[in-house]
Amino acid sequence: MRELTLEDLDDMVLGATLLGAGGGGDPYIARLMVRQAMEDFGSVMIASPDELDPDGLVLTTAVIGAPTVISEKVPAGPEFVGCVNSLAAYLGKKPVAIMPIEVGGMNTLIPIAVAAEMGLPVIDADSMRRAFPQIEMTVFTLAGIPASPMSVADEKGNVVVFQTTTNQVAEKLARASVMQLGMANGISCYPMTVKQVREFGIQGSMSYCVDLGRKLSAVQRGEAGAYDAFLEFSGGQKYFSGKVIDIDRRTTEGFAKGTLVIEHLTDPTRTMRIEIQNELLMAFEDGKPVVTTPDLICILDHENAQPITTETLAFGQRVDVIGLPCAPEWHQEGMLELVGPKAFGYDVPYTPMEGARK
Amino acid sequence: MSRLRIGIDVGGTNTDAVVVDQDGNVLASTKAATTLDPSDGIAAALKAVIEGIDKSHIKQAMLGTTHPANAIIQRKDLQQVGVLRLAAPSSLAIRPGAAWPKDLHATVIGPSAIIKGGYEYDGSEISPLDEQAVRDFAQKCKGVVNAIAVSCAFAPANYEQELRAAAIIAEELGEDYAVSLSHQVGAIGLLERENATILNASLFGVAKRVVDGFQSALLSHGLKVDSYLTQNDGTLMTAEEAIRLPILTVGSGPTNSMRGACALAKLSDALVIDVGGTSADVGILIDGFPRESSAAVEVGGVRTNFRMPDLISIGLGGGTIVREEDGGVRVGPDSVGYRVVTEALITGGSTLTLSDISTKGGRLEGFGDASKVSGVKDATVTAALAWVDEQVQILCDRMKASRTSLPLIAVGGGSHLVPDNIPGVAGVIRPAHHSVANAFGAAIAEASGAVDRVYRYEAEGRDACLDDAKRLATEAAIRAGADIDHVRITSVVEVPMSYLPGQGCRVQVKAAGPLAIH
Repeated sequence: MRELTLEDLDDMVLGATLLGAGGGGDPYIARLMVRQAMEDFGSVMIASPDELDPDGLVLTTAVIGAPTVISEKVPAGPEFVGCVNSLAAYLGKKPVAIMPIEVGGMNTLIPIAVAAEMGLPVIDADSMRRAFPQIEMTVFTLAGIPASPMSVADEKGNVVVFQTTTNQVAEKLARASVMQLGMANGISCYPMTVKQVREFGIQGSMSYCVDLGRKLSAVQRGEAGAYDAFLEFSGGQKYFSGKVIDIDRRTTEGFAKGTLVIEHLTDPTRTMRIEIQNELLMAFEDGKPVVTTPDLICILDHENAQPITTETLAFGQRVDVIGLPCAPEWHQEGMLELVGPKAFGYDVPYTPMEGARK
Repeated sequence: MSRLRIGIDVGGTNTDAVVVDQDGNVLASTKAATTLDPSDGIAAALKAVIEGIDKSHIKQAMLGTTHPANAIIQRKDLQQVGVLRLAAPSSLAIRPGAAWPKDLHATVIGPSAIIKGGYEYDGSEISPLDEQAVRDFAQKCKGVVNAIAVSCAFAPANYEQELRAAAIIAEELGEDYAVSLSHQVGAIGLLERENATILNASLFGVAKRVVDGFQSALLSHGLKVDSYLTQNDGTLMTAEEAIRLPILTVGSGPTNSMRGACALAKLSDALVIDVGGTSADVGILIDGFPRESSAAVEVGGVRTNFRMPDLISIGLGGGTIVREEDGGVRVGPDSVGYRVVTEALITGGSTLTLSDISTKGGRLEGFGDASKVSGVKDATVTAALAWVDEQVQILCDRMKASRTSLPLIAVGGGSHLVPDNIPGVAGVIRPAHHSVANAFGAAIAEASGAVDRVYRYEAEGRDACLDDAKRLATEAAIRAGADIDHVRITSVVEVPMSYLPGQGCRVQVKAAGPLAIH
């Protein structure tokens, strides 16, 4: 186990913003929440599954809602601790660790605040290692692990616990509850044992996020060789440096959809098009797919290497488009049906990142 | 009879003043040094600018000032504030003042409490307001702090609880006790709005002194006129309002400069570049107003969310230092700043600056001694000017909202560096009087009103929701003094709510119009 320091926290925020792949919510509020939780309840340990009782219960937590609402209805604490405790009560068992569902965006950090308050370690694993918009888009779904029983709670003490037949139904019921509970809620789902986390989870996600953030932070400080070290560490590639020449946004059924067009900085005959559904999902150069979901598309400010989220994309920005390979645990049967291009309505084959995978 | 307006702008270095007629002609202008007590500079500029003007024609006076911004940056003259948040049980995981710089926190934040209250996104209550808790908090502040900042969850959509809390505080501590309410200060984003509300309350003392100084300077010249201060968005509030909402003036300097530049060039849509000694700022005006930044704006190290012009700044100015290096030149980012008047080669100094390069390159004339740069290599001049041209083009590209080509207005002491031809820019304009663009911007400012709230389109339909927001913004502008016959909608921004079904949408609408003539 190792203690998460305040310095780790800064790197984790940067890593989480990058792994948000343009979405996942601004980690700023979650970071303030973690700081206060550490002040009030003490530090948090990150534990590898090998350091915990294999039969121990692991419970996840995350914020579910609309980022705009969360910016106004700031987290309280009980919605997260409440959903975890309610699920534990339903299962009749106390958890030995807290796990993030989504290491990417603000949900990377919420579990740390909850772990601090509950005096539990955070297990160094998750189910996405990037941001995705729906509960069933996890490696656990691929492994046949049900999202339910699952709980959704608000800050006032209202809790629902669901038992569902599929993870897709779990997603629908969770959203419907959130609409009624103020659109800024805590969720706990995919209860499982440490052994199952070890077998089916994405391993080392939290450490990866901190390390990735640290490498990117070195790039931002302009350290010699830092860009190469960052790309080598992540297996990533820089695909394009260009200027945003068009951004078209529209909203349908809760998805902030959009299309982004970037013109190459030095060769204006080259353009890259990126399709957005909350996250950056598909990148095409001259009509040909170059990075496709579930691999990550990240946009960095060309000047200072700060990750840019989809809400703040604007005409004229000079950006670098980076592709990062998704966690290797994704590569198993059923991946493309669940989180590949077709799952998001793109009639384009998944295109593995060229030369990126070792 | 012509109706005249006075515009005064207090900047870091200079206090400028202009007298403008109703057609926007500059009748007089002056530049005085900003003084330690800025009121002295205001009085001096005022005295100089109205010399020879028929005072009976002067009807209005507008002030743009950096007093409040400087007070925050220098942690000077700020008063300690009680902080009351109406949101519990929500928001308890982040206390007021989280992430403030330690010194500012210690100076400004007094007693604080998060009590039951606040609204949900749909307008229902998170909790009914805990009135007894408001009373208890007021008593806790009594004799300890002289102002209270009240922030309620979703106050931009519903501020009844804030008004009720203010009424209770008045019952407990008296009608004159100073209260700052978040819905008057900022937009959606509770923590940022609360920060701005706290800073606002801490500035009450500064604001009172500024307004008193301004009004007594006017009166001492026999000017019984309506007096206004300019806000961050380039519109006006009355001097009385400014005493209650000083935080809304902290970004007015760049806005006045941009709006002034644009109006001097008689344009409503343009890019503006203000090049000083150390840095160049580029902004964009659409329909006469600066585009506002979507990113969080920090004031004195505190994250806020109020309306600020979207500016990009880089280290490029008349005093920027140029170094010859192996195989090329390095420009900046450091600068000799205002000392360019003694340290540049052309002014008898020993530092190669962009002003020297500009002189040798034929862009700057009539400043210093051109013979002093005869020794500078042509290759150095070419390389440095190529860097300047590239940077200016990049700034303009980044600022533009679309591929449409706009003119660029160049102002400021270093604007000679801006080339006449820039790819993607429809001509460079260098208006007359550009050195007092700030004060001119203050003099031509209008009254405005704004709305920022979440609508549910599925209930009423998008058009009805937008109409409602436009009506509310228009009414707010008229309340602020805009002429009912000339008020217009100046911006509509819709931000759909992601990650949830339904058609929730954040709508921001602004209306503005010239001051009504009474």
